[in-house]
Amino acid sequence: MKNSKITIDQVKHITKLAKLDLKPTEIEKFRSQLAEILEYFKILDQVDTDKVEPTSQVTGLSNVYDNDIELPSLSAAKTLSGSKQIQNGMFKTKIVVTKI
Amino acid sequence: MNLQNLTISQAQNGLLKKIFSVTELVKTCITNIRKLEPKINALITICEKEALERAKDEDIKILRYKDTKRLFFEKPLLGIPLVLKDLYSTKGIKTTAGSQVLRDYVPIYDATVVKRLKEAGVIIVGKSNLDAWAHGSSGENSDFGPTRNLWNLDLVPGGSSSGSAASLSSGECLAATGTDTGGSVRLPASFCNLVGLKPTYGRVSRYGIIAMCSSMDSIGHFTRTVEDSATILRVTAGKDPNDATTPNIPVPDYVKNIRQGIKGLRIGIPKEYFIAGINKQIEAKIKDALKKLAGLGAAMVPISLPHTQYSLAVYYIIQPAEVSSNLARFDGIRFGNQRSAFSAEAKRRIMLGTYTLSAGYYDAYYLKAMKVRSLITKDFEQAFKKVDVIAAPVSPTLPWKIGEKADDPLKMYMSDILTIPANLAGLPALSIPVGFVQNLPVGMQIIGPQFKEELIFKAGYSYQQVTDWHEKKPLYNNIK
Repeated sequence: MKNSKITIDQVKHITKLAKLDLKPTEIEKFRSQLAEILEYFKILDQVDTDKVEPTSQVTGLSNVYDNDIELPSLSAAKTLSGSKQIQNGMFKTKIVVTKI
Repeated sequence: MNLQNLTISQAQNGLLKKIFSVTELVKTCITNIRKLEPKINALITICEKEALERAKDEDIKILRYKDTKRLFFEKPLLGIPLVLKDLYSTKGIKTTAGSQVLRDYVPIYDATVVKRLKEAGVIIVGKSNLDAWAHGSSGENSDFGPTRNLWNLDLVPGGSSSGSAASLSSGECLAATGTDTGGSVRLPASFCNLVGLKPTYGRVSRYGIIAMCSSMDSIGHFTRTVEDSATILRVTAGKDPNDATTPNIPVPDYVKNIRQGIKGLRIGIPKEYFIAGINKQIEAKIKDALKKLAGLGAAMVPISLPHTQYSLAVYYIIQPAEVSSNLARFDGIRFGNQRSAFSAEAKRRIMLGTYTLSAGYYDAYYLKAMKVRSLITKDFEQAFKKVDVIAAPVSPTLPWKIGEKADDPLKMYMSDILTIPANLAGLPALSIPVGFVQNLPVGMQIIGPQFKEELIFKAGYSYQQVTDWHEKKPLYNNIK
């Protein structure tokens, strides 16, 4: 397993990827806690997994199909009912593309 | 009659014979809620008005129905006051997941399980407190304050289904629901002297339950007896077109078959669950319980689950990885509040998962963990060739003091060390009360092969016929 020493810059990068906004004090606190947890994961280095397949589904199901039946959808009003950012009957989001 | 301490079957009997009404039953629970909530903080939302209205409707139904017995057959949970973990989506009732992110979120639909429970006649009296997003082993990670254990108010009730367990043990309801991803039903059941069921992965639909770790989330419940647990599973289990991981495997009549006894049942005792670090007095209680089971005709078989020691590391790689993905949907746009409202544990898990899934680390952490998960699952498969069920302690320690592990996440994670393996392998497990150490309850888990809940119910039921630990109650009437 890789070196579990995690740097402040790495923590900042992760918070960016995860869209979290942390205070500088939180960044250092999480850095040391994450480092300790990652260090603990090294226990898995003891296990030889060269010929082992990964498990992501435990009950053996694969390719579950459903009949393609048309069902009523939610109304716009219901869909918007949980949102605080509505404009002209639509969700209001931040700009995701910039002008060229 | 002390209505608050009734089991589901006793309550139904009383309702059937018209000894008391649904309204009286619900009012008793509401009175307890009013009295105890300031002390234990088990509920986030109290549904008093809706519950009393519903109770009135059910009472009228019982009076009008000619064949009352048939009515109870059709509605096996008719009139039962129930608390739902606040991770269960409830149409028109606030559902917070214990987080400020969803502090004012009101779902527009019911989770499949909620729908089924309502159809079976339950009366929802409240939504229970929990570690935010079910991240925790003690209830302390709730954004709505910690829940307290009625057996000792300075101690945690266990988590993450903290409020559900505390609420049932205090007589605020007659049953409560939970979720168990790494032990979140079994641990609080053990800490609060209750029966807690973690069903097989996929046995109960996850649709509408706010997702934590999709490959392990298991939808369970708390009851006072094993029989009641079986009654509820009969209602909640089964295929749901809205959850593709629920296989089309028939749901047996768990209650009907529960009395068959356990003569000849082979119970595996895994040596890796009785290692250093387990409280010796807890271990002694488990051994006493095993002797009782042996006395009922079960055979004790020593077994080994050699990869047990890796479970915790595997779990704390896979689970935060799935958490980081599941919590990505909370963007503050379609519902809920901004991501800045996440508290420390959610942030910690999102970051851990984002890190182990990120480019350059995926193979070393996530893929490695998924491979070791295969080995842990294989251990159980091998064991179940030799034994019918496996018995082990639920918790290595007694309930701890509120605040004791607050600044040490790794230490907190260790609390789940004995419950996690069943989640990694998708197995059903039942926690039952087996005695007391220092006046605090101790639980034992019975783990079965996938979709063999019948076996663990039979073992648990047989044990409860010859013991009365589960009948002991905390002294809530003495609370000032």
